[in-house]
Amino acid sequence: MKQSKGIWKIIGASSLGTLIEWYDFYIFGSLATVLANQFFPKANPTAALLSTLATFAAGFIVRPFGALVFGRLGDLIGRKYTFLLTLVLMGGSTFAIGLIPGYDTIGFAAPVLVLLLRLVQGLALGGEYGGAATYVAEHAPEHRRGFFTSWIQTTATLGLFVSLGVILITRHALDADQAKSIAKFNDWGWRIPFLVSILLVVVSIYIRLKMSESPLFSKLKAEGKTSANPLKESFGKKDNLKMVLLALFAATMGQGVVWYTGQFYAQSFIENVCKVDFDQSRTILIWAILFATPFFVVFGSWSDKIGRKWIMLAGMLLAVVTYKPLFNKLITLSSVTERTLEKKSTDVGMYASAGITDTFRVSTVKHIYTDATVMTTITKDTVYASGKATVKPVTTVVKQLNTRDYWTMVGIVFIMILYVTMVYGPIAAFLVELFPTRIRYTSMSLPYHIGNGVFGGLTPFIATLLTTIHTTDPLAGLIYPIVIAGICFVIGVLYLKTKPEQLSEAV
Amino acid sequence: MNQLKRIAGIIWMVLGPLAIYFIVQAAAGEIAKKPETDTKIQWGVFVAVFIPIAIGMVIFGYYAVKGEYDER
Repeated sequence: MKQSKGIWKIIGASSLGTLIEWYDFYIFGSLATVLANQFFPKANPTAALLSTLATFAAGFIVRPFGALVFGRLGDLIGRKYTFLLTLVLMGGSTFAIGLIPGYDTIGFAAPVLVLLLRLVQGLALGGEYGGAATYVAEHAPEHRRGFFTSWIQTTATLGLFVSLGVILITRHALDADQAKSIAKFNDWGWRIPFLVSILLVVVSIYIRLKMSESPLFSKLKAEGKTSANPLKESFGKKDNLKMVLLALFAATMGQGVVWYTGQFYAQSFIENVCKVDFDQSRTILIWAILFATPFFVVFGSWSDKIGRKWIMLAGMLLAVVTYKPLFNKLITLSSVTERTLEKKSTDVGMYASAGITDTFRVSTVKHIYTDATVMTTITKDTVYASGKATVKPVTTVVKQLNTRDYWTMVGIVFIMILYVTMVYGPIAAFLVELFPTRIRYTSMSLPYHIGNGVFGGLTPFIATLLTTIHTTDPLAGLIYPIVIAGICFVIGVLYLKTKPEQLSEAV
Repeated sequence: MNQLKRIAGIIWMVLGPLAIYFIVQAAAGEIAKKPETDTKIQWGVFVAVFIPIAIGMVIFGYYAVKGEYDER
């Protein structure tokens, strides 16, 4: 009973910190547009350049680098202090981003500081996950390792859930008038989600400080058997390197693309391709996450009984086979071509702009259909004072789904996140079992962050790029996750073992 | 099964250079289409990150061919 209570304290403390780290990492991504206006004005090429660096470098270079830096540290000095350090770095940098004055106030110092802090965030995230997963796994009884580590696996998705929730609530809570509330949020309210983070981090640091070191690592340290050079041992010795490569190509690579397609690309697809409005596209994801999250634990626990391999591979195979029909259904649900128009209203307004003599003509056409779907088309063009002809008006289409289609979309995204729970639920246990204690932190962190950060993180970018090349096919972006998950599935079927391994202390 | 693992290793070894070829070609094409610093940085990062991964794929294939992943 006492031992059982102990493991739950360990899981609670580890998961809370990891959840906060994911939350911190995602709010930056979720608020990218607002942050760009505050810190990276497009008119200034250098600031725009820093924005690109903040987006790409943090995710693709710094995360794997953080895995190496903190993985090494975790294998040298211990898990507890290393993932405490990553939490401090992440929380501190997130809070600091919320305090930085905008580009208009301090000029170039603003984007430079944001870039630096974003890089610290990426570095910290690279070190956090491996520490938390290793720490919990090294405390967990062998026959329930999948179950206990699956709680850590819920944190990435819950971090996204909390970040979306905090942003939505803040966006609507700053003023009784919704338009004013959104304007206030874009002006200064965006800082709140960043500043809130510090409270959570302080609580989590306090809890983590009271925890003891992993028993397996403590034993190793007491016997003087810790690795002197974890990086060299992990990647310089064939027996370990081959397992690092196996972890990457047979598991984390496919897991990464399924994770990002089911959550990030699905949301972006619903908003940008299906043209569903900002709030609905986010609440669809929020509901789907809420319903699917318990399945991380279900599949993690199940993997203790039947092994990790086939659950993860089944998730990848289902993704490969069903992504196209599922995304196609999203398009059908948001299409208005088959609907009967009930009412159409048009509103045209002229708006002056401060400092210039030209005015903006905004035409809003609202289509209300018999099934309560609403499509609004907003066309904005400039009426030049000089009489010059208007060029290229900007047209935005926003749809509001009716209740039935809304919940059907929630169901489809739920299915996609269910695949995420299959590939991701058992993967922490799978990774820790591949490597010996003395180099576990280093060895598992790198394939995880290459798979998740590089292969997964690139999904929205490559998928969008593919749709710009194959303009007639809105599903062209799915080629990337389908091919990567497909290759990973084949490698996994051929090379992965079915039976979970015992945690090994051997080199 | 071990035989199949070894034969498939050849495919993974070939996949590495193929991936490098495709990503370098895509990068060159995209940069030529839009020769801005933004594009250069994005594709520069991808090429820099994916080349070591592709080399990793070749090593993985080599180990597979050598029977390192065989059931014993």
